[in-house]
Parts: sequence; C-alpha cells; structure tokens
Amino acid sequence: MAAETSQPSEEIESILTSAPKQVVRPLVRVLEGIGSCLRLLVEAARHVPTLPRQFGRFIEQCYLIGYTTLPIVGILSFFIGSVLALQSGYAATNIGPKQFIGLLVGLSMARELGPVMAAVLLAGRVGSAIAAELASMKVYQEVDALETMNIPPARMLVLPRLAAVLAMMPVLTIMSDLVGWFGGAIVAKYTHFISIEPASYFATMRQYMDFGDVLNGLVKAEVFGFGVVLVCCNIGLNTRGGPREIGASVTRAVVTSLILILVLDYFVTKALM
Amino acid sequence: MNASATASASARSAAAVGVSVEGLSKDFNGFPVLREISLTVNPGEIFVLMGPSGSGKSVLLKHVVGLEQPSAGRVLVDGHDASDPATRGRVRMALVFQAGALFNSMTVYDNLALYPREHRLGTEAAIRDKVMRSLQMLSLENAAGKVPAELSGGMRKRVAIARALVMEPQLMLYDEPTSELDPVMSATISEVIATLREQYHVTSIVVSHDRDLALGIADRVGILMGGRLVSLGPPADLRAPADPRVADFLNPVIDLRNPRFRQLAG
Ligand SMILES: Nc1ncnc2c1ncn2[C@@H]1O[C@H](COP(=O)(O)OP(=O)(O)O)[C@@H](O)[C@H]1O
Ligand SMILES: [Mg+2]
Repeated sequence: MAAETSQPSEEIESILTSAPKQVVRPLVRVLEGIGSCLRLLVEAARHVPTLPRQFGRFIEQCYLIGYTTLPIVGILSFFIGSVLALQSGYAATNIGPKQFIGLLVGLSMARELGPVMAAVLLAGRVGSAIAAELASMKVYQEVDALETMNIPPARMLVLPRLAAVLAMMPVLTIMSDLVGWFGGAIVAKYTHFISIEPASYFATMRQYMDFGDVLNGLVKAEVFGFGVVLVCCNIGLNTRGGPREIGASVTRAVVTSLILILVLDYFVTKALM
Repeated sequence: MNASATASASARSAAAVGVSVEGLSKDFNGFPVLREISLTVNPGEIFVLMGPSGSGKSVLLKHVVGLEQPSAGRVLVDGHDASDPATRGRVRMALVFQAGALFNSMTVYDNLALYPREHRLGTEAAIRDKVMRSLQMLSLENAAGKVPAELSGGMRKRVAIARALVMEPQLMLYDEPTSELDPVMSATISEVIATLREQYHVTSIVVSHDRDLALGIADRVGILMGGRLVSLGPPADLRAPADPRVADFLNPVIDLRNPRFRQLAG
C-alpha cells in the first residue's frame, strides 16, 4: 500500500513542477485522497455478497451510529428549528405574512439543515470514532495481522460501517426534521411578536410542502453520511507511524468530513434541482 | 491431540511449502535496510534467523508475508510471488508479530476464532474445539475470556502464537517468539515449533536471539547484520563461528575496563 500511494504523487508532482509548490502539494494530496477513497470503495464493494453473514457487525455499527448520534441530533435540531422560527418571525414583523414561518422552517429543515446537521454530528461523533479505531488498529499492526490472515480490512472493517450509515442516515435526518419543526412550532406559538398557533404553522407546511422535499433531504443525507464514513475509514486505515499519528488522523478525518459535507451539499443540491 | 483432529489438520497442510528469497533489497526513504539477501528455506525446514536488533529481521519476515514490497529482488513462497496479494489465498501463512498484534477490542477467544470464522472452517463447535486445543498447548485456557489489555507481555506473545496455530498454516513465521518468556515457557515454544514440523510438516522461519532454541531445533541458522546475510549454516557452526563479528554477537564479552559504549564514542 505504502509503495502504491507514494508513486502517483511523484508523477503528478513532476507534471506540475511549473506551478508553485504551495499550490501543488495540497492539490496533489486532495487528488490522492480522492483516489484512495475510491479504491477503498471499490474494494469494499467487491465484498458486498458477504454482507448477510456480517449481519452482526452491521447491527453493531447501526447501534453505535444511532446511540451516539441520535440524542445530540435531537437537541441541536430543536434549537436550530427554534432559531429559524425566531429569525424569520423577526424578519416578518416588518413585512407581514407570519404564517409562512411554518413553511420556511419546514423547508429549511427538510431540504438543508436536517441532512447537514445529521451529517455534521455524524462526522463529529461517529467519524472521529471510526478514524480513531481504525488508526489505532493500523498503528498497532492489527490491520497487518488481518491481511496476513487473508481477511481483507475493507470487508471486515469498512463494509459493515458503510452499510450501517446508509441504514441510519434516514433515521437521523427524519428525527432532525421532526424535532426542528416542533422546535419552530413552539417558538412560533410562545414568542410574543410572532404568536402563531401550531395549527396554522403546520397548515402552511402541509399546503406548500410535499414528501418530495423530505425525500430530497434524505438523498442528501445518504450522500453526506456515506462520504463521511468512507473518508474516515480511509484516513484511519492510511495512518502511519505511532500513537501521535492516531490523534492527527482523527483531526484530519473530522476536518475533511466537514469540508466534504459542505462541498457535496452544493453539488448535490444543484443536481437535485 | 486426538486422531481425527490430527488427520484433518494434516490433510489441510499436506504440502509443505518452501520459501526462496532472491536478491532481496529494501530501502526506506533511501535508507537501505536489506541488501541483496538470497536464501532458500526448504519445505518442512526450521530456519532460525538471528542478528542484532535493527538489522532488518522483522522487515525480512514482512516481505515473506507480503506486507512490504521489495525495492529490488523478490521473495517466492511455494513458487508464488509473495508481494502478490493472491499468494495469501494460495498458501496458508501465519506471522507471529514481534508485538503480538492482537485484536485489542476482542477477547483472547475471539482473537483465535476470527480466522476460522471468517473463512468458514467448520461449525462454531468445531471452531471452539480447535481454539481450546490451541490455547491448551500454550497453557492459556484461563485467559480465553480476557481482552489483550489484561494480559502480561509474555501471555500476549503466547496468545499470538496460539492464534497462528489455529490457522493451521503451511508456513509459520515467528518474530522473536521467546523474547518475553521465562526459560520454561521458551522451551515449550521450541517444542511447539518442532512438533508442528514433526506432525504437520510445517515450514518455520524463526527470528530469535534465543541460542537454546537455535541449537535445539534449527535445521539451519542465518545471521543478519546491517541488512546483509553474513552467515548461513547448521546450528553447530554457532559454537565456533568463523566471522569475528558473528563471534562477538553470539558470545559478547562483558569487559568493564573497555566498555563498548566508550569504544563507540571513540
Ligand atoms: N516502515 C518503516 N519505515 C522506515 N524504516 C523502517 C520501517 N520498518 C523498519 N525500518 C527500519 O529498518 C531497520 C530494521 O528494522 P527491523 O527489521 O524492525 O529490525 P530487527 O532486526 O530488530 O527486527 C531499522 O533501522 C528500522 O528503523
Ligand atoms: Mg524485529
């Protein structure tokens, strides 16, 4: 693996020697990262038929993702929904139609903030844990041991996690949407300069939104979640060195995940329009 | 060990495999670690590799299992290139890592059972039999439920050996298997290595500083110094080595009037 990854970088670097080093190096590293993620994805995909007999691992990962992420998604989404209602209510005091607050909160949560919040918290709670675990397995030669046992790490360590995140992202996102909507409804009712009844708040939502908006958000969430887990697995498995590098890998995994979410967000949003 | 277990194990490892290292060189970032090493290990042989620490013994073993890619030359295991990942599917090889490389999140039992479970070698009951037998050979029955963090260094090493035994390998590689063990346990390990050869015709490459082990069970001993193979021959050669560096390595004289660290400092 070591030899494989170092070679393309040298090649690309020699092609781009005319450009300044400060620009080339990060660019090469991004391309390298994308390349090795895709390689890991292909490798994991080859083992999809083994998924039924890895059912135990899949359930364990689903549980870890749900257990660590659901509560915090709930808390954060509640306040995001509340703030959305508050801000739009504040804006509406000057322009008029307050009943559209329900629609505004509803659409923002379903199409944008639900999936993004779920993915960001996934990166922080689950992505970091995955990177730490796999980096530690790599540094302490457990990954080497798996390879000598002819047990591909992509099969045992990556595939169940990718499958689990696909199963859990819709759950996290729907949870986020619902809690956000209710947070907005409560704020809309009890804030003195808004005071809209929940009935009319939800009526505008029902009238101008359909399931397509929620589905749009779910598709985004799947893309983000899958990307986050793939990136975190890849960074963990490519850790080299000692215990200090485990920490460095965790940081890199979380930062890369956050950037990835926002970059993907733009492109997926555009593609779904 | 009962008869049926012996029969099934020998059926699986019927053909012993040989290893041939051909002009193997390896550098890390331009720093040479192995330099043009050539040697063959015959099927069913116990080959002991000795040498000062840092001489490249562990790196050599990693080339045999395909965890490192050669900078030059190649390693063939049973005629297949070791750097090809498919070779691990063709030849059952086990490496006992110097630091154990146990799966820290699993119990000792699950560490041993992982290989047969993943490769679907029998029912859970059959696997249990195999795992417990392997633990017994290394006096580890009571450790089955523990996780690696609860074990002493010597126990971890024995678990690593037990885990390799469960794989019923055709080729066993040991990286300093006795370095953290007491003399009795070290002798046990030597006996295990020799028994595997007698009963199952397993080929073994043992990296060790243990002279008793080398003299007791080795067919041949190679000595690696500074990445070169400086001596290769039957263990009897160790008693009167021709090369003065080898002699000093095997029988270092403790000279308080002229200590080595002063000589090095110049
Ligand atoms: N992955 C690596 N990267 C860089 N240098 C390494 C690596 N692995 C081993 N080395 C170097 O190779 C030399 C031999 O190491 P090793 O084979 O572990 O020695 P030993 O004979 O004690 O087992 C040492 O100088 C070590 O620093
Ligand atoms: Mg070593």
